Amino acid sequence: MRATIAFALMLAATAAGAGEVRAPATFLSPDLRALQDDPSRHPGWLWVDSGETLWRAAPAGGRPSCQGCHGDIGGMRGAATRYPQVAGDGRLLNLEGRIETCRSRHQQAPAFGYESDDLLALTAAVAVQSRGLPTAVATDGPAASFVAEGRRLFETRMGQLNLSCAHCHEANVGRRLRGDVISSGVGTGFPAYRLEWNTMGSLHRRLRACSLGVRATQFSYGSAEYLALELYLAVRARGLPVESPGLRR
Amino acid sequence: MRGFRAALVVLGLAAPAAGQEVAPFVVSGDAVAAPLGGLTGSAERGARIVRNRETANCLICHTIPDPAETFMGEVGPLLAGVGARLTPGQIRLRVIDPTLANPAAVMPAYHRVAGLAHVDERWRGRPVLSAQEIEDVVAYLSALKE
Ligand code: HEC
Ligand code: HEC
Ligand code: HEC
Repeated sequence: MRATIAFALMLAATAAGAGEVRAPATFLSPDLRALQDDPSRHPGWLWVDSGETLWRAAPAGGRPSCQGCHGDIGGMRGAATRYPQVAGDGRLLNLEGRIETCRSRHQQAPAFGYESDDLLALTAAVAVQSRGLPTAVATDGPAASFVAEGRRLFETRMGQLNLSCAHCHEANVGRRLRGDVISSGVGTGFPAYRLEWNTMGSLHRRLRACSLGVRATQFSYGSAEYLALELYLAVRARGLPVESPGLRR
Repeated sequence: MRGFRAALVVLGLAAPAAGQEVAPFVVSGDAVAAPLGGLTGSAERGARIVRNRETANCLICHTIPDPAETFMGEVGPLLAGVGARLTPGQIRLRVIDPTLANPAAVMPAYHRVAGLAHVDERWRGRPVLSAQEIEDVVAYLSALKE
């Protein structure tokens, strides 16, 4: 109860203190935006296609395919809008973590591994089922403390350059940082195909780039820090549409 | 796509010169009047440091009056005329550590190691710019009169 009230106050403070959080697509150049909306020209769709194939593929060892338990992948509509979320065992899981858990627990197969093409493909294929639907993560109950931790990290100055995420993604939204226009810094476009990477990448890969940019420790893929940040970004993005697979410069 | 390399990554890649330390200095008001270590700055070297994308990378956030530079940032104020607006001592303080004058400053501290969190180990315990480089930058900016 106390946590819920504290959290409501916190949200009110966020809304009052910060500018409007805008969808990442609104910061893209018209060219990139058109590309993001065109499956026939968006290279990220190669991952979506291979993810849909993996969805139907039975793993070695006789366990069911993803489809064997869940049915057609179209049934995953809406799932991505609810991640990260706290699982029954108290762990904070993002979509990648949820899929890896099914992989090991229900398919008894070795984990795909963060940033592997297979995990990016399945994540993108599940996420795209929610494209256009509003982000709607749970923030109460067991999620509240993770949200608070994510917010704390978002507002903490880090690295040799001593900048917090908020310094760029709240205080300087819309300004140029060299060739980039600084966006609201939300994760709704991830996994995304980034031209600079020449491949698909997870949100945590993007966060590692921001950490490196300020010469801060890069937390590991799937780390508690980036998971809490990912949840807080989803809170900030509440109501914004899922854009994955995004297309980025 | 080569030209698309993110500015952020460039901001972070150079290794510092070995043995850099923070020089002692005295703050008076919003200025550090005395040159660090009694060193003399060179405006010419300062001009190169400010443009260097691997170390200071000031132009990720600032714009200087130089038509040859492209993709300059707009997070910080225009640096044109900064030498007329601020004294060398005020510029020195802002480049050493702007939070000494304004705790909420956005601009990074270029000559500070204490009180920073989660610094990547490649840069831990080292300031971004040496005392000599700070003096060079101060000399360059002080000469930007218009
Ligand atoms: C043997 C059954 C089984 C298999 C195989 C399986 N899952 Fe699951 N999946 C579940 C169950 C049960 C849940 C509910 C959470 C839990 O208890 O693990 C779930 C939950 C999920 C969710 C979260 C849905 C939501 O709305 O929150 C996703 C996404 C998912 N699975 C993806 C996959 C993918 C991708 C694969 C294949 C790599 C897969 N699953 C294989 C049983 C399975
Ligand atoms: C020095 C400025 C700076 C800091 C500090 C910074 N970022 Fe970024 N970030 C950027 C820039 C520039 C981009 C690329 C343009 C954009 O999408 O905003 C970016 C991109 C992102 C994106 C991808 C947005 C998209 O749709 O592609 C996310 C998410 C993000 N940042 C989150 C964070 C988080 C979380 C932190 C703190 C751990 C952080 N950033 C710190 C400058 C910064
Ligand atoms: C991450 C962004 C960023 C970087 C990088 C940066 N600055 Fe700044 N700078 C700012 C901001 C923002 C201000 C305004 C005060 C504040 O909020 O910190 C500022 C203010 C200044 C001022 C005071 C200007 C005035 O008119 O009051 C000077 C001088 C200055 N910067 C020089 C530099 C130099 C030299 C470098 C590189 C060695 C540099 N800056 C790098 C963001 C930056």
